[in-house]
Amino acid sequence: MGNGRFFGGVHPIYNKGLADARAIVEMPLPEKFVVFFGQNLGAPSQPVVKKGDVIRKGQVIAEAGGFVSTPVHAPTSGTVDSIDVYPSPVGVDAPAAVIIPDGKDEWFEECDVERSSDGLSIDIIKEIIHDNGIVGMGGATFPTHVKLSPPADKKMDTLVINGAECEPYLTADHRLMVEHAEGILDGAALFAAVIGVKKVIVAIEKNKPDAIEIMRKAAAGREGFSVEALDVIYPQGAEKQLIYALTKRKVPAGGLPMDVGVLVQNVGTALAAYEAVRYNRPLIRRVVTVTGSGIREPKNVLARIGTRFEDLIDFCGGLESDAAKCINGGPMMGVAQYSLDAAVTKGTSGLVILRQEEIAQFVSDACVRCARCLDACPMRLNPSALSIFAEKMRFEDTKKYNVMDCIECGCCAYVCPSRRPMVHHFRRAKAEVRKLQRKAG
Amino acid sequence: MITAVIALAALALLAAFGLAIAARVFAVPVDPRAEKIEEALPGANCGACSLPGCSELARRIAEGKADIDACPVGGEPVARAIAAIMDMQFEGGADRKVALVLCNGSDQVAAKRFFYNGVYDCNSAALVFGGDKACTYGCLGLGTCAGVCPFGAIDMLPGGLAKVDPDRCTGCTKCVSACPKGIIRMVPASRHLHVLCSSHDKGAVARKNCKVACIGCMKCVKAAPEGAIRMDNFLAVVDYGFEIPASVAGECPMNTIIVTGEAAAEGQEPAAAAGGDA
Repeated sequence: MGNGRFFGGVHPIYNKGLADARAIVEMPLPEKFVVFFGQNLGAPSQPVVKKGDVIRKGQVIAEAGGFVSTPVHAPTSGTVDSIDVYPSPVGVDAPAAVIIPDGKDEWFEECDVERSSDGLSIDIIKEIIHDNGIVGMGGATFPTHVKLSPPADKKMDTLVINGAECEPYLTADHRLMVEHAEGILDGAALFAAVIGVKKVIVAIEKNKPDAIEIMRKAAAGREGFSVEALDVIYPQGAEKQLIYALTKRKVPAGGLPMDVGVLVQNVGTALAAYEAVRYNRPLIRRVVTVTGSGIREPKNVLARIGTRFEDLIDFCGGLESDAAKCINGGPMMGVAQYSLDAAVTKGTSGLVILRQEEIAQFVSDACVRCARCLDACPMRLNPSALSIFAEKMRFEDTKKYNVMDCIECGCCAYVCPSRRPMVHHFRRAKAEVRKLQRKAG
Repeated sequence: MITAVIALAALALLAAFGLAIAARVFAVPVDPRAEKIEEALPGANCGACSLPGCSELARRIAEGKADIDACPVGGEPVARAIAAIMDMQFEGGADRKVALVLCNGSDQVAAKRFFYNGVYDCNSAALVFGGDKACTYGCLGLGTCAGVCPFGAIDMLPGGLAKVDPDRCTGCTKCVSACPKGIIRMVPASRHLHVLCSSHDKGAVARKNCKVACIGCMKCVKAAPEGAIRMDNFLAVVDYGFEIPASVAGECPMNTIIVTGEAAAEGQEPAAAAGGDA
């Protein structure tokens, strides 16, 4: 058993108090939805609706585009108004369906029907999880059914349910654990059954004592379940760091958690998978923390996938007059938005709105080789050298220095006294290395 | 001291002897033509021929593994010189090609969607929503092409726009592959009428994003000889196989079409030529 720590990391200001005591509230239907077709990491989903189609809540509007892909479902009943390109919150302009709700909010047939999960075979459970569009809801949006299908030669022994929520400001997972502990653990039990493990660890950072207590109570009667309180350090919730903190096992470079016999799933994913299997409810809503000093009433909102940021902000009392920056996700890993036309996707864990006085426009300088980033990098990379190589377009060298293992947590940029845009450099380098790899075949 | 001198002299003699033998035994036969070809090549080692340098290309040409006009930088004069060295005939005469940035949307005329403060490089900027310009096809203006040009032929205009000087451009195509937007095209140096836009947006959208965008009105298509300008998804594209009269530029309501070089000097509408390098 680990000691709850890993190498490196930083201690940002968390600011979770803005929203962590506010119960999850469901948002009423907005006037329109913008549902992106590509909502998962991997192959993009293929649209199956066209302009003018009448659809119902939970109906598939885009089919999986491959094995590492999931379908996308309609968030409510209504009409497909148009299909156009919208700014997707992850930083690309992407095709999306604009859906005008008819207000009836009618389920598609077979959806939202209670059934027993007992006696379902492993393959059926995986199929249900795939068909209901379940992806990793911590933000990476990796299709869950793929994670649940480790090759036969990988010996799995531990399931980690990730409730660390180390990203500053965000409290969506925190509230989910406080309010839906049983559902999360039922989902965890499903995952454990699918990959055939007995040991389930729910990992929570110590700054959420109420969640730890509630989860401990809920897990008490379940065999093999335990709740671990972890040190508060960013990025505690990153998969590989979490595994090391809990088990002292190191995921090999370029490897996956399954290489050390561990499966990590976010608490939101566990709940969504449980609802999919138990009630046949597709993933059409999620908890989004709308917070920051730039929003009038910070809230944890249960919003439908496809809710426009503008509507979400209106629901939370609107913007303060000096609100200046809107970030999809947390301030460490999130992407600043240029348009509030962007909409909630399966990976939108929060919307952080900052005021003018809180944001700084840095001018970056040359690296002074202070090596603070080397101490901060939880992957034990050399961000200093990597950023210099990337700057000089020496992408072969960035590959040699393992840029592909970078988890883009932003710790290096956070500690850099020269204010270098480290992660931006690495994203570029990764794109170029991928190009080189494709060329090499 | 005398022993030291003798010892060193003897050592030097031995080494010289050894080197002399080695030079004979391990001599690598070099085609004398390869050396001459290398002298004829520009010697910039720019890599435009896709080989590691001029000497490698010279070797390949001498071995007959590369064409005598394989150097895109040297163009016709170098090809002729190499043809003479190789005792071959140069039948070329293909027009010299130069790079052209198909965008005229400087900051003064093109709208921006957001303020970009990331890495000062077009490829990095393109990772963030495809760049800060409202027009997603346009020049990002951070000078990545100018940075890779081995010949200093690309100038960055004050409004954040790259412009190729056709006189300095050698046609190495390095900028073409460096541009994340893919808006640099190789065009014959003898042609002077260009549609400086790459936007496939519909007219209304294109016009909103940029004051000099092609809006797909097709006026130029009708004014030009048949087939010389065609429409590709709301964008007028010039077929450089045709000679197009400079007057066609005057038809463009958006001043997207420009006339460069001497043709522009021969009394074109100033508005049409203003965006060019007249």
